[in-house]
Amino acid sequence: MNTCPEQIVHLMHAYLDGDISRDEERELKAHLESCPECKEIMNGLTESIAFIGSATPIKAPENFVDSVMTRLPKEKSQANAQRWLRRHPLFAAAAMFLILMSASLFSSYGNDQQFSVTKQPNLIVEGQTVLVPAGETIKGDIVVKNGTLRIDGEVDGDVTVIRGSKYMASTAIVTGTSEEIDEVFDWLWYKMKQTVKDIFPSSNDDKLDE
Amino acid sequence: MDDVINKRINEVLKGDQNAFEEIVTLFQHRLYQVCYRMLGNAQESEDIAQEAFVRAYINIHTFDQKRKFSTWLFRIATNLCIDRIRKKKPDYYLDANVPGTDGLNMYSQIAASGELPEEEVERMEMQERIHYEIGRLPEKYRSVIILRYIEELPLQEIGDILELPLGTVKTRVHRGREALRKQIGNM
Repeated sequence: MNTCPEQIVHLMHAYLDGDISRDEERELKAHLESCPECKEIMNGLTESIAFIGSATPIKAPENFVDSVMTRLPKEKSQANAQRWLRRHPLFAAAAMFLILMSASLFSSYGNDQQFSVTKQPNLIVEGQTVLVPAGETIKGDIVVKNGTLRIDGEVDGDVTVIRGSKYMASTAIVTGTSEEIDEVFDWLWYKMKQTVKDIFPSSNDDKLDE
Repeated sequence: MDDVINKRINEVLKGDQNAFEEIVTLFQHRLYQVCYRMLGNAQESEDIAQEAFVRAYINIHTFDQKRKFSTWLFRIATNLCIDRIRKKKPDYYLDANVPGTDGLNMYSQIAASGELPEEEVERMEMQERIHYEIGRLPEKYRSVIILRYIEELPLQEIGDILELPLGTVKTRVHRGREALRKQIGNM
């Protein structure tokens, strides 16, 4: 090898890689026949390859597939949702809108600690207590937040108490619906109803509001 | 074959995890074999081959279906093997003398151990010896020799797997063959 040109070793590898031209192959064969040293190198190379190539195929252990399947992350539902959202951008936008909306609703529920009451001419307000006096008739809805409502008289409309309490005397009459809201979900439901009412006011509501 | 695989891949993309099972079944032996020849011992190979499938599953959306799936999968596996080999390098000198004194579990220790005494090598059975000689190759040549002569892949595909230019693959195959010839000598 020391005396032989570098080119011959290149040709050996080109031959083994299968990218050798006819002329080069002839050149290589001629050289190998005249040079026992190079012939030995060439034999060493082909034998080594044949030796490695005679390795018996190795198989994966018995339970291999099952082991892989149990190692897979259980991200199915999350991944599904992500893929689904990627394919339905409009829905994603709508979902985002709803999330932001509900966030503002919840925060308004949480922050709104102040006492408030709908202004109606005949109502009597004492501290945090609102009184519908006996014999009087309130025309319209009453909403009380964070306070107490006592009804001794008559209300021609809806009565809503948010985070507070309501006492009705035996003489009390409420023509509309009457409800108390304490929980967040009740609050949300109430807000949604209000929103719908604001958007599509029925003729009945119009009359009461006036 | 590629059509079947792409069909399964699309099912996996739609969220059907079970469709991946068929892909694992199809490639398990080839992938495990590559890892086993690269790393030398069964336990590590099983772990790395499994990890390769898990990574393939997680990143399946990055696979370009116009390309060959096996190439992509082998790339994940060989990268994991090479990382593992590089990580364990520092401590393999520490136990280099263990196999010489204890022939009991030599098969599993071969690749991690480097050199063995001459008499030990001569007593080996052929398959054991093949495994030992592959394990003795420097990692750079080991990967190309395994892909070329165990997996019998074309040079271009080996380049795609290892992300090397064709010229570099050829050089490594040549040097790998030279190294083998010198290691094995005249048998």
